Amino acid sequence: MKLSVLVNEGPYQHQASDSAYQFTKAALEKGHEIFRVFFYHDGVNNATRLTVPPQDDRHIVNRWSELGKQYKLDLVVCIAAAQRRGLLDENEAKRQGKDANNIAEGFRISGLGQLIEAGIQSERLVVFGD
Amino acid sequence: MSDEVIKKFLYVNRKAPYGTIYALESLEVVLISAAFDQDVSLAFIDDGVYEIKKGQNTTVNSGIGVKDFSKTYRALEDYDITKLYVDKKSMEERGLTPDDFIVPIEVLDSAQMAEMMEQQDVVLSF
Amino acid sequence: MLHTINKSPFEKNSLESCLRLASQGSTILLFEDGVYAALKGTRFEATVAEALKKYTICVMQPDLEARGMNTDKVIAGIKPVDYGGFVDLVVGNKTVQAWL
Repeated sequence: MKLSVLVNEGPYQHQASDSAYQFTKAALEKGHEIFRVFFYHDGVNNATRLTVPPQDDRHIVNRWSELGKQYKLDLVVCIAAAQRRGLLDENEAKRQGKDANNIAEGFRISGLGQLIEAGIQSERLVVFGD
Repeated sequence: MSDEVIKKFLYVNRKAPYGTIYALESLEVVLISAAFDQDVSLAFIDDGVYEIKKGQNTTVNSGIGVKDFSKTYRALEDYDITKLYVDKKSMEERGLTPDDFIVPIEVLDSAQMAEMMEQQDVVLSF
Repeated sequence: MLHTINKSPFEKNSLESCLRLASQGSTILLFEDGVYAALKGTRFEATVAEALKKYTICVMQPDLEARGMNTDKVIAGIKPVDYGGFVDLVVGNKTVQAWL
């Protein structure tokens, strides 16, 4: 089955990103297709390259990047939410005149239409939030 | 854009405005969704009923210093998004009536709200 | 429909609102902090036990264990599941609604 996932909260602050990750991984291991994982609200913070979590705990950003790479996932960060919270890719940084970008590998920034499209194209959309 | 698939999308709003960003950012999703010609409904339940309350008064430079986005709900009608449902119990237990809202809404009791929800294809909660 | 509840019933009214608005025959998944609603011996036990007559209720076992409980402590009739089971619930129900 074709599934999509919406992640509404950032890494560590809430369990949402962890639960979404475990769900997504389980779905893929069962042979389902993940059409898109969309990050909204503080969920965009799951895509920052700059986290340095304690070594003996999970690295949430890297886990998403690695899962994304392993299964060629479409990990999409909402541009409006990202702009509010200071999450930029190289293009956005140039466009906005910022001196740095911070997006992690495997994520792409795009519009809210991608979330609606995920709802239309997938057979199920599962929301993780607070 | 919609590839002729029309799904019933329900946006569930259960949180008060301003204390968190969910009300504002969920409205932004609804406005974007208008371009996709889907069958859109909004449900205001629990503190979500406060999102559409009349008389919100704040500006970037006064009061709590936050932009008042409540008037944006009025734009929904221009986008043909008119199915706005308010949960009767949530409204009444907060001492509100349909006259308190900034947009035309339909009040649903629990059974009606349950039935409406059950018909949906995609439910987004914020 | 599959309804998911991830907050404790002591913290938020998500359980209460879900039980008021979920249609007969729905499935409810308690996960993250929502697992506390699955426990025997709380002031929600009677409500949740009663809800079992109307709904299938599942609880995320890894979340129970993380919080120091095991399935012995769960109200009889609530089914423990893991993430694979969560996926199966999503696939097996037409739509998913998250009560945050």
